[in-house]
Amino acid sequence: MEIVDNLILGFSVALTITTLSLAIAGCVLGTIIGALPGLGPSNGVAILIPLAFSLELDATQALVLMTSVYYGAMYGGRISSILLNIPGDEPAMMTTLDGYPMAKKGRAGDALVLSGVASFVGAFLATIGLMLLAPILARVAFYFGPAEYFALYLLAFCTLGGIGAENQAKSAIAVCLGLGISMIGVDNSTGMTRFTGGNLHLYDGVDFLVAIVGLFAVTEIFVFIESRGRDSAIGVNLGKITIPFKDIFATRWTMLRGTIVGFFAGVLPGAGASLGSFLAYMSEKSLSKNQDSFGTGDVRGVAAPEAGNNAAAGGALVPMLTLGVPGSGTTAVLLALLMTLNITPGPLLFNERPEVVWGLIATLLIANFVLLILNVPLVKLFTKILQVPASILLPGVAMISFVGIYSLSGSHFDLLLMTGFGVLGFILRKLKIPAVPVILGILLGGHMEVSLRRAMVLSNGDWTYLFDSYISIGLWIAAFIGFVAPIFLRSYLKKPEFPG
Amino acid sequence: MIKMLRSVAAGAVLSLGAATSLFSAECIAPANPGGGWDFTCRMITKIMYDIGAVDSPIQVTNMAGGGGGLAYGHVVNERNTDDDLIVAASSATATRLAQNAYSGMTYDQVRFLGAIGADPGVIVVAADSPYKNLNDLLDAVIADPAKHAFAGGSAAGGFDHLKVLMALGKKGFTDISKVKYIGVDGDADAITQTVGGFTAAMTGDISGVVGFIKSGDVRVLASFTDERIPGFEDIPTAKEQGIDVVAVNWRGLYTPKGASDASYKKWTDALRKVGDSAEWAEAMAANGLAPFNKVGANFADYVVSVMAEVQALSKELGVMK
Repeated sequence: MEIVDNLILGFSVALTITTLSLAIAGCVLGTIIGALPGLGPSNGVAILIPLAFSLELDATQALVLMTSVYYGAMYGGRISSILLNIPGDEPAMMTTLDGYPMAKKGRAGDALVLSGVASFVGAFLATIGLMLLAPILARVAFYFGPAEYFALYLLAFCTLGGIGAENQAKSAIAVCLGLGISMIGVDNSTGMTRFTGGNLHLYDGVDFLVAIVGLFAVTEIFVFIESRGRDSAIGVNLGKITIPFKDIFATRWTMLRGTIVGFFAGVLPGAGASLGSFLAYMSEKSLSKNQDSFGTGDVRGVAAPEAGNNAAAGGALVPMLTLGVPGSGTTAVLLALLMTLNITPGPLLFNERPEVVWGLIATLLIANFVLLILNVPLVKLFTKILQVPASILLPGVAMISFVGIYSLSGSHFDLLLMTGFGVLGFILRKLKIPAVPVILGILLGGHMEVSLRRAMVLSNGDWTYLFDSYISIGLWIAAFIGFVAPIFLRSYLKKPEFPG
Repeated sequence: MIKMLRSVAAGAVLSLGAATSLFSAECIAPANPGGGWDFTCRMITKIMYDIGAVDSPIQVTNMAGGGGGLAYGHVVNERNTDDDLIVAASSATATRLAQNAYSGMTYDQVRFLGAIGADPGVIVVAADSPYKNLNDLLDAVIADPAKHAFAGGSAAGGFDHLKVLMALGKKGFTDISKVKYIGVDGDADAITQTVGGFTAAMTGDISGVVGFIKSGDVRVLASFTDERIPGFEDIPTAKEQGIDVVAVNWRGLYTPKGASDASYKKWTDALRKVGDSAEWAEAMAANGLAPFNKVGANFADYVVSVMAEVQALSKELGVMK
C-alpha cells in the first residue's frame, strides 16, 4: 500500500524530538493566539514566521510549527466565544450563538469540553481526508467557475434567515448592512474605488477582523460601561466541570455532518473556515426537528460549527498544497512561507517533496491528539478566567483587542474604525439586531459580488449562464430549499416561539 | 500548568525584547504576508544578512493597504529621512503610480533603489486548448472578443490586464474596451479558472504557473521577455512570434527620498551583492524568477519609461482620466 509507505515516511519525519516539540509548542502558542480577540490564525502565523527563520528551521520543521499554530488557533478561537461572547477569530463566530448561552446556563465547562472534542473530530477526520483525497479533490476546484461560486455564496445567504434572531427582518437588515460594508474598496472588475471617500486606508476594503473585534469586543465594553456592569456578558455561572459524555455521544452525527460540510467548504478556495462553520451550523439547524432550541444553548449548535471550522482548516490545506491556491487567509500566509522556503506548491508537490507533505500530515495527526489532551483537561484553567472580576477582565480584553488590531497593519486608522464598529454594534444591540449576519455579509458578500460580476463578464451579461452547469443548478435548488423550507416547516412542525 | 504558561509568556516577552534590539534596519512589505512584496522583503533581507552584506538581521514589517499606497504615504510623509528603511516594490507599484492610484503621490517622492529579479509575464492556456501559439489566440480574440475571456491575478486595469492589451495593440487591435478580462485572487486562481474551461487564457507571471507547467495541465503560449526564460527554454517569447512586447514583473526596492546618499550607496551595494549571490540565484530558480539586474540610476530611468506606456494604455482603457 502506497499510503502506508508514505505514512511511515511521514511519521519517521514527525517522530523526532525536534519536530514533536515544535508541534507541541505550536499547539500551545496557537491555542493562546486563537483565544485572544483580534489575534486570529492568519496574523498569528504571520507574526511567528520570523521565529521560524531565526530558529533556522528546515522546510518541514517550519511548516510543522506553523500548521500546528494554525490548528491550535482553530481550537483556541472557541474559548473566548464561549466564555465571553467575543469570538477569538472569525471562524469561531458561530460558536458564540449557542456556546455562550450554554455558558450562561452554567455549562461553560461542558461547552468547552464538547467543542474541544468536536474540534478534534473535525480536524482529525479532515486530516485523514487530506491524506486520502487531496490529489482527487484538487480537481474539484476546476469545476467551480464564477457561476458556481455565486450559487454557493447565495446558498449561504439563503439559509441566513433564522440565524439567532427572533425577527427575520432584523436579520435581513443586518445582512444588508454587511453587504454594503463589503462593497467598500477597489472594485476588482473596473479598477475603480467605491465608498472610500478618497481615503487610502479604505482602498482594500474593511478588514473583517477589524469589524469582528469592533462589533463583539468593543461593543461588549460599551454595554458594560453603560449598564455599570449589570448587563455585561461577563459573569456567567460556573458549573461543576465534568466530561459531558452524554452530550458528546448525542452529537456524534452532528459532528460528522459538520465535518463533511466544513471539509468541502474548506477545499473550495474562498471563504474557507468561516463558510465551513456557518454552513455546518445552518445545515444542522435546518435538519433539526426543534429548531427553536438553537441559539439558546443547544449542544448541537456548539458541536456543529466547531467540527465544521476545524474540518475546513484541514480542507483548506488541499488547494494550498495541490494547486498553490490559498483557500483562506491563513493558508495564504502558509503559502508565502512555503515559497520563501523554496517549495513550490502545485499539482506535483505530493510526488516531488513527499517528505514535506507526509511529514506535515503525520504531524497534523499527532498535533490533533496533543490539542485534544491540551484542551480538555485545561478547561478548568480556562474557566478560571470567569472568576476574574469583569472590571479587570474587560479592560484587559480591550487592550488585547487594540494591540491585536494594530498588529494587523500598524495603522491607527484601523483602531478608529474598530471603535466605530463598536459604536455600531452598541446601536445594533439596542435595536436587537444580531451582529453575526453583519460579519457574514462582510465576509461572504464581497466574494458573492465578484463571482456574479465575473460570471456576467464571461457570459456578456446573459443571466442564463448562472444555471449553465449541473453544479450550479444543484446549488440553486439547495439555496431555494434553504430559503423556502423554513417558512413552511416552521408553521407545519411547530408554532414558532419567541424566546425573549 | 499556570507556571508553564507564565514561563512561556516570559520567554515570549524576552525574545521580543531581544528581537527589537537585534534589528537595525527595516524592510516594509506593503501588503499582508503571502504576496510578491512580502517575498521580496523576506528573501532579499534574509540573503543580505546571510552573505554578510549587512551586519545585523533586517526586520520585515507588513503594512498592507491601498495596494501599496499606505506604505508609500507612510514613507513619504513620516519616514522621509530614514536611512535604515527599504520598501518592497514591483511593476504593480509603478503601474499604480502611473495611474495616479496613490491619491496624488508621484514616483519622484521616493528613490527607486533597483530590481534584481523579475517574474516574466506569460500567456497560458489549458493543455486541451485549441490554441497552439500566441498568434492563434490573439487572432481568435480579435475575430470575436466576446467569446474569449482572459483571467488574471490583478484587478481590471492592473498589470496582468495591460499585458494582454499591449500584445493585442501590436496586432493593430485598438478597441481594447471590448477585451474581456476577469481579475481573480492571484495567478493560481486564474489558472484554475482557465484549466476549468471558464476562460480562454490566463495572463500572469511564470512563478505562479510553474507547478502547472510541470504537471502538464497547461501550455504556455508565450513569455513577454527579450530572451527565453532560463530553465524554460521551450517556451517561445512573444518577440519570436512577431509580437514585440516585453512585460516583466520586476522585484525591487525603494528608499525614502530624503535618505542620505551614503545610505543609498550602502543599500545599492548590498542589493548588488544579493543579486550576484548564489543564494539569490537558487531562490530565483525555485520561484521561476528570471535574471533582471537594474540597480541604481538606470533603474529609475527604466521605471519612468514603463510608467509612460502604462499611462497611455490606462487612459485608453478608461481606468484613469
